[in-house]
Amino acid sequence: MMRFILPFVIFLVLSVFLYKGLGRDTREVPSPLVGKPAPAFVLPLLHEPGKVFSPKEMQGRVWLLNVWASWCGACKDEHPVLMALSQQNIVPIVGLDYKDKAVDGEATLKKAGDPYSLVIADADGKVGFDYGVYGVPETYVIDKNGIIAYKLIGALTSQNLREKILPLVAELQAK
Amino acid sequence: MIPELGHFSLIVALCLAIILGVLPILGAARNNSVFMGVARPLAYGQLLFVGLAFAALANAFLSNDFSVLYVAQHSNSQLPGQYRFAAIWGGHEGSLLLWALFLTVWTAAVARFSRHLPEEMVARVLGVMGLISVGFLMFMLFTSSPFERLLPAAADGRDLNPLLQDPGLVIHPPMLYMGYVGFSVAYAFAISALLGGKLDATWARWSRPWTTVAWVFMTIGIALGSGWAYYELGWGGWWFWDPVENASFMPWLLGTALIHSLAVTEKRGAFKSWTVLLAIAAFSLSLLGTFLVRSGVLTSVHSFAADPKRGIFILSFLVLVIGASLLLFAWRAPKVGLGGKFDMLSRESLLLSNNVLLSVAAASVFIGTLYPLFMDALGYGKLSVGPPYFEAVFVPLMIPMVFMMGLGPLARWKKMAVPDLARRVQWGFAGALVLALLLPLVMGKFLSLESNKWSPMIVLGLLMAFWIIASLVISLRQRWRGQGAFMQRVAKQSLSYYGMQLAHLGVALFIIGVTLVKGYETERDVRMNVGDTVMAGGYEFRFNGVTETQGPNYVAGVGHVTVNKDGKLVGELTPEKRQYNVSGMPLTEAAIQTGVFRDLYVSLGEPIPESDGAWAVRVYIKPFIDWIWAGSLLMALGGLLAVSDRRYRIHKKTVSGSQSEGAAS
Amino acid sequence: MKPRQKRAVYIVLAIAAVGLAVGLVLNALKDNVSLYFTPTQVFNKEAPQDRSFRIGGLVEEGSIRREKDGLTVHFMITDLHQKLPVVYKGILPDLFKEGKGVVAQGKMEADGLMHASEVLAKHDENYMPPEAADALKKAEAANAAAAAASAVAPAAK
Repeated sequence: MMRFILPFVIFLVLSVFLYKGLGRDTREVPSPLVGKPAPAFVLPLLHEPGKVFSPKEMQGRVWLLNVWASWCGACKDEHPVLMALSQQNIVPIVGLDYKDKAVDGEATLKKAGDPYSLVIADADGKVGFDYGVYGVPETYVIDKNGIIAYKLIGALTSQNLREKILPLVAELQAK
Repeated sequence: MIPELGHFSLIVALCLAIILGVLPILGAARNNSVFMGVARPLAYGQLLFVGLAFAALANAFLSNDFSVLYVAQHSNSQLPGQYRFAAIWGGHEGSLLLWALFLTVWTAAVARFSRHLPEEMVARVLGVMGLISVGFLMFMLFTSSPFERLLPAAADGRDLNPLLQDPGLVIHPPMLYMGYVGFSVAYAFAISALLGGKLDATWARWSRPWTTVAWVFMTIGIALGSGWAYYELGWGGWWFWDPVENASFMPWLLGTALIHSLAVTEKRGAFKSWTVLLAIAAFSLSLLGTFLVRSGVLTSVHSFAADPKRGIFILSFLVLVIGASLLLFAWRAPKVGLGGKFDMLSRESLLLSNNVLLSVAAASVFIGTLYPLFMDALGYGKLSVGPPYFEAVFVPLMIPMVFMMGLGPLARWKKMAVPDLARRVQWGFAGALVLALLLPLVMGKFLSLESNKWSPMIVLGLLMAFWIIASLVISLRQRWRGQGAFMQRVAKQSLSYYGMQLAHLGVALFIIGVTLVKGYETERDVRMNVGDTVMAGGYEFRFNGVTETQGPNYVAGVGHVTVNKDGKLVGELTPEKRQYNVSGMPLTEAAIQTGVFRDLYVSLGEPIPESDGAWAVRVYIKPFIDWIWAGSLLMALGGLLAVSDRRYRIHKKTVSGSQSEGAAS
Repeated sequence: MKPRQKRAVYIVLAIAAVGLAVGLVLNALKDNVSLYFTPTQVFNKEAPQDRSFRIGGLVEEGSIRREKDGLTVHFMITDLHQKLPVVYKGILPDLFKEGKGVVAQGKMEADGLMHASEVLAKHDENYMPPEAADALKKAEAANAAAAAASAVAPAAK
């Protein structure tokens, strides 16, 4: 009898929609920059405003660009993960202090510890704009040729570090 | 060490659940009493181990063990003790554990209170519940264990979301989950009946009290949630048609339909396959609600952090559970014969119409909730469906429903002549109509508003409420009339009859509350300097400035507002604007003076820059709003009264079903 | 009535009821659905002029300005590509902050401002309303295209 199978059919159609709905999750945004050269810039260091840094200096090395700010709540979550990572000395981490006052940024690092090889200050957020930063924190994995290999939106966790970022870094370093 | 024990307990519980999901069902199919016999001990064992896991997590929270990631994310050493306990279900992982715990509680309860049921029925029911439990425990162990460690341990936690630091939130989720999970019992009974191929009235009789209890929990849970939104979100609204609210409201609507349809199936043997389908649908919507909240498919104020991996897992589980049940239904239901015959006008037909209307209402809420998802998936862009949609659809559906709700208890089973029924209700209806027409003429004065407001919507709302009350009075008079002592006749009616009437009275109060608060509320958003006054609904509010105060884990600006009416002091209201220390999150804490006929509601907006202590202030008068929750509470009480009826406690070994004693539904 | 006639009556009643419900749903959906746009789309005149819609993005830093009455607030919603001026009268949600995600519902008026009837900010500081995230995602794609173009011709910068 057809009418008894009807609820099942309706449900099947519904589940297709639900499945599609899952795919529309906004947090897994594939960055259009992945696979492209990291945009060039020259920015002052946070601790020594006299000196500047440019991605060209990292040519030949695999490195992480971590976008953070003193006003960002989720950055406090990922901070211990970054601390642990920097102690292992696997990969240099460059911090980009995004839309932040230098005083606040420095105070935060002094209080909680500084996991970065060096920190650059992007006070007006111009560089962040070029990189398409749309939420803090974000972390970019950049390879020896200065190509963005991966972009993580949201906080680093021991899990995404272990499962995604560190294997990728190892692979890129071996190249 | 204790968190690891908790994790281990969950693994043990999963093993027990797997055995519970397989052996007893197999035993029932092969008539193997050894296999069937393991169901009860396994149900108790499962409860024990999930309980241990819950205790382990509770211990981690109460002892501030921030080496547990979940604790570090949702608690803080400054957090007051009761909220540290409530924080257990403040996030995804812990609330899932609570879900699982309640599922095992219900399973064990069925095991304990089903001694009078045939063995293969008990085995199947417990087995089906075991299978659900397998799904949830696997979900927890594979994607969201609350016991994951954080190494090195955090010095302190991130604190519980301030919105959740509220007494209402200590009990709202547990109540709601008890309801959600409770529908699994009716579902398990329905599936067992399908599996056993015995779709007579007996399964309906057995699952009725369970369904009613689950419905009671759910009613209280939803009412608490709505109350929480009213005083905690600071906008004075009590229902937002938010996806998560809808997720709990849809199973409630179907649960309400199910309660009524079970009554018909039990007493008259009618609507058999329909009732089975409702039982499946009510629980399916409970699961769907869980999916919607946790997968990030729909977002709302309540939803947990989205994680696509979790979404896939729940979706697969959903497809498996619901798909399999519906297939089973399609396979077995056609063999069910039609039940007792009934006439066009009879209690059956009225209940059937109510069932249809409730289901259609649930479906319309469903469409509105998922419409943005459908459109986005089809590539029509992003959009949102606002509360006006739900009101425009829901209200017209409820009007005929309420009308039939008044007729139902007065109508006879099987057959009823139209003139007979009309004669019985005519005076009641006329009285309700006259009262509804006249009351708005004096309401404005009663609430000391500037003018009397008479609108068709108010009259309609009042008419519906008074109609229910009138039919209730008619019904009681019928029942209490006769020979002998009056008290004896009062005592002779069954508790389930009184329960039904009490619940219906609750609906009437609820409608009165909604109608009057919608019709007569006063809302003022104003800028107030220190010493300013504002008039609202006959009350004069004076703003005396804001002072600073220190809470256990927050600092707050406390506004001081004195309220006068006709020159007499009514009270002082102290709304707060809090800033929580750890999360830095601001929170508006409204101040409410509750009354039977009106609430005075004041909340602080923001301080006005470059002014001398002026604030934006929200001043509301909400007439009869508490009737909404009083009505919900009566519905829940009615349900409790109905399940405490004697006939659920007399356990006969051979329950033959269909015709039973009392005439109550 | 004979059972067959009775059955027919039931079926007609059921169809009427379902038809009524479908009509209600469609009618209500037609009037009460608000489409969602990004500031860039509004800039490109893709948003409707005469009916209410929703817009998402970030509250631009430094753009919040209050009028003397203390209740009327002006601010800009940006997707980091284009921005739209919004005016709202009333009390804003707790988590309405500069640099944070926001969704506003309202209508474009002749003064070129969006007059918002509702402003939403989600109750979690780590959260961004999906519409806001979507707006930024789209703007980001546009920026990336621009960045790629400038990478090809670095002299242009």
